[in-house]
Amino acid sequence: MVKGEAGGSGRCPVPPVFTVYPSPFTVYLPARLPLPRLPGPMAAISAFPPSVPAPVPAPAGLTRDQLLELYYYMLLTRTLEERLVALYRQAKVYGGLFRSLGQEADAVGSAYALDRARGDVLSPLIRNLGSMLVHGTEPVEILRQYLAKGDSLTRGRELNIHIGDVARGFIGQISHLGDMVPVMAGVTLSFKLRRQPRVGLVYVGDGATSTGAFHEGLNFAAVQRCPLVVVVENNGYAYSTPTARQTAAKSFVDKAAGYGVPGARADGNDVLAVYEIAKAAVDRAREGGGVTLIELITYRRKGHAEHDNQSYVPPGEVERWAAENDPVDRYVARLTGPFGIGRPELAAVEARVRDEIDRATDLAEQSPPPDPADALVGVYADPPAAPLLWYRRGLRG
Amino acid sequence: MAETTYLEAIRDGLAEEMERDPSVFCLGEDIGVYGGAFKVTDGLLGRFGPDRVIDTPISETGFVGAAAGAAHMGLRPVCEMQFIDFISCAYSILTNYVATARYRAFLPCPMVVRGPSGGYVRGGPFHSQNPEAAFLHTPGLKIVYPATPADAKGLLKAAIRDDDCVLFFEHKYLYRRVRGDVPPGDWVVPIGRARLAREGADLSIITYAATVWKALEAAEQLEREDGLSVEVLDLRSLLPLDDEAIVATVKKTNRVLLVHEDTATGGIAGEITARINELAFEWLDAPVRRVAAHDVPLPAAPALEDFVLPQTGDVVAAARWLAAY
Repeated sequence: MVKGEAGGSGRCPVPPVFTVYPSPFTVYLPARLPLPRLPGPMAAISAFPPSVPAPVPAPAGLTRDQLLELYYYMLLTRTLEERLVALYRQAKVYGGLFRSLGQEADAVGSAYALDRARGDVLSPLIRNLGSMLVHGTEPVEILRQYLAKGDSLTRGRELNIHIGDVARGFIGQISHLGDMVPVMAGVTLSFKLRRQPRVGLVYVGDGATSTGAFHEGLNFAAVQRCPLVVVVENNGYAYSTPTARQTAAKSFVDKAAGYGVPGARADGNDVLAVYEIAKAAVDRAREGGGVTLIELITYRRKGHAEHDNQSYVPPGEVERWAAENDPVDRYVARLTGPFGIGRPELAAVEARVRDEIDRATDLAEQSPPPDPADALVGVYADPPAAPLLWYRRGLRG
Repeated sequence: MAETTYLEAIRDGLAEEMERDPSVFCLGEDIGVYGGAFKVTDGLLGRFGPDRVIDTPISETGFVGAAAGAAHMGLRPVCEMQFIDFISCAYSILTNYVATARYRAFLPCPMVVRGPSGGYVRGGPFHSQNPEAAFLHTPGLKIVYPATPADAKGLLKAAIRDDDCVLFFEHKYLYRRVRGDVPPGDWVVPIGRARLAREGADLSIITYAATVWKALEAAEQLEREDGLSVEVLDLRSLLPLDDEAIVATVKKTNRVLLVHEDTATGGIAGEITARINELAFEWLDAPVRRVAAHDVPLPAAPALEDFVLPQTGDVVAAARWLAAY
């Protein structure tokens, strides 16, 4: 297929949300891992049903236990979010609830490529709960945060999964999308300057690629050859805005060339394909090869947050992705098929996940709310607390 | 003691800190090979190498964000804005990301953003700004704006050693025009403490940066021509403000003139007026008055710039009004 052939002028026409682009992508993939024809957000919904991905052997280096671990993390992500929905409906959650339903594979598979023991650093977005769990965040920490508890990792100062713990190798995002790219450029610049064999991975959504911060951060990291992997999670929508209105580019991986870095693209709902592509980029970065831009094609099956009724989504779209391209279902088929893992083993993982979430929920619900006076503490290292204003000091003037 | 220019003092402070602490490094546009638009970092590349003096793309958000990331990992970056006017390009990441990092995520962010600021140089609207007030109401940032070589060096060293982000405003009019003694050795000026630039009994002028020199000129003229004893308080640190020093001078002279080069509306003088009202209202014998730039973008032509910015004559006239109140 000739690049730019589809779409006439080469620009994305405006209204039809799904414009037909029959595979005009520049694809850099490991030769033995063909990109499945996915009904990706940039492709036509009429391309359903997707062709079934050909069975592939487990990526090099992954043991049977690790294959099961990937299943555990995907399921843990999904189950934890389901529990959060229940708590949200009981009005126990403060702020929005951001789901990654249908995107668990992209977060889990990519974060699994990092090496925590070597000090790799991760910067997750709101739909990367799975990556945080892989990187060592406990479900109870996520629950305490959503419930705005005093012993949450942010002591009730921030919402949802805007959580960081630099000592454990993850740095929480802020709401200003794109900002984490320059920040992670600096984190990984420090690795380069100190000659440390450490790698950083930062997620951005399709929407964040439109920001200036994304451009400036990626360009800076590319020029400095920082050991950074930039993952563009293309899930079809930025809030209500479809990808076709976010960019006129045919694919996000095309943007890699503009920064002089390698690009790679994978089926984001295939956890092993994601792992393999991320692992290659992480290894490259660790060996001094600099930045890689990865595009993962997935689909956001829930709204921007739990309040969003997805009125802008064409009828049937969500249901088809759920029925035909669920990352957990697809992985179970792989595990029980080519990898020969028995149902009882999967059932044991499922039981473990349920039990962990139940125990974490009980624990989190018992946590106290923050002490109001703590609100003034720790804006600076020095002074340690902001002054209490006069009208709270008994009106003595 | 050898006299040092304001610019040399900044360069010396930077070099001493880089020498003392290997985690200190510089980032900015044209700061390495070229030595910076004003040559503040001249010679540092040769002395410390390209890993510690990094020429960046034209990306204020990019390299300020990168500085934050490096600071989280234990380095102490010093970012140069080629002109401080361009700090607004990094406004979002400074106020939203950097300033909140410690509070919301317990992330250390020891970094400095420094750059040539201010007018009286015919630089026009984009090379003369004083954007300090835009950052004043962002908890999490610190702001300093020295007027003398000794303070420039001492405050820069304090800023680099501070565990939070410090915005270090350098007045470009003073770079090569002001010379002064800088105490030898490891000279550090604490952030948050004002300096009494001139003692007086009848009236206090509270100011900072280039207008400290206008105020001192005015004070001499007032003493000579009117027999007035004028005190001049150089704030040096704008965030945090030295309330104690402000209140002390109010209690001493009971008449206060606030002078700054920044535009009047929303300028720091307004905040100081409110604090004096809250902390020392009973000590005032006259209303607190301001001398500041007119509320317009700063024009370039000498006749226009001189009209818009506060001049020594304006300070003298305002002080006479206050003294006679």
